[in-house]
Amino acid sequence: MTTPTPQTTHVRPNYMLIWLYLFVMTIAEVLLAFKLPVSPNVKLILLLILAIWKALLVALFFMHLKFERWRLRVIFIVPLPLAIILVTTVIMEKVF
Amino acid sequence: MQTTTMTDAMRPPVPAEPGAGVYSNKLGMWVFLASDVMFFTALIGSYIVLRFGMGSAWARPGAVLNVPLTGLNTFLLICSSVSMVKAYAAIADGKKYFLRKVPGKTLQDGGLKFWLLVTIICGAGFVGVQVVEYIKLVGHGFTPTGYREGSLLAEHALADPVKYGAGVAGMYGSTFFTMTGFHGFHVTCGVISMLYLYFTKVLPEKYSPQDYRGIEVIGLYWHFVDLVWIILFTIVYLI
Repeated sequence: MTTPTPQTTHVRPNYMLIWLYLFVMTIAEVLLAFKLPVSPNVKLILLLILAIWKALLVALFFMHLKFERWRLRVIFIVPLPLAIILVTTVIMEKVF
Repeated sequence: MQTTTMTDAMRPPVPAEPGAGVYSNKLGMWVFLASDVMFFTALIGSYIVLRFGMGSAWARPGAVLNVPLTGLNTFLLICSSVSMVKAYAAIADGKKYFLRKVPGKTLQDGGLKFWLLVTIICGAGFVGVQVVEYIKLVGHGFTPTGYREGSLLAEHALADPVKYGAGVAGMYGSTFFTMTGFHGFHVTCGVISMLYLYFTKVLPEKYSPQDYRGIEVIGLYWHFVDLVWIILFTIVYLI
């Protein structure tokens, strides 16, 4: 049995602009990794920030997570802290 | 974020099931994606722990892997993601056609058939490039067990053990092929699923602005595969 859902009136994102962001950030990543004279630690942090930023753009605008109901976002968000706990626990076991 | 089209594009393709507030196919895909997050976390987490827990350094970025070729692959996957979302937007607007002339515009307007075909081609291209990459790597001596004895890479590793991470080549090979292999398997499954939808639903024009569940659900899967690759590309190829 289904119940009618009210029509939402979200504004459609500019998908081509997001594609351009992703493209430019990918080029920036490659340049940062191989061409720019940056210390390894700063490079590592910047590369991770760029990767997370790109992943967020895909999740929020291409997967429309930004426009979804909160309860649906929770399904996607819940595994993330679990993932951090998993990696941290294994690293702790390695360290100690 | 800037916008161009003022429509209710994010309207649900069918009425929602009571409770979750979304239709069951979409909820099922989100639950699957949540489990896939954990799956890839296990792989990436193991890679991080093994890499940074080892005594000796791994091969430097670009020493073994072909980054320009993989950069092309990343570009293909990003293009496929935008074409997938354009396919979604096209059917939401009722554009079932392939290409159609628009008065006053040079470029033709793409419909669902066009954008989904572009997505399939880009996805198949990604798999093809990955196969070429694997063939080249194995040819140079990089295998899941490390650098093959007597190969070009083994000679390079002997000459410069730090640059090629000679001490942990086996670990490097096994984690690299496991992570990229599982991702490639996901892409292959996505391409096969899209081909199935293309011939059984899209070409016969079975989707409409009132019901396009299949496009939305496969779109979620495809964007997730793109998202995972964005992380893998950075962690495996650039760091």
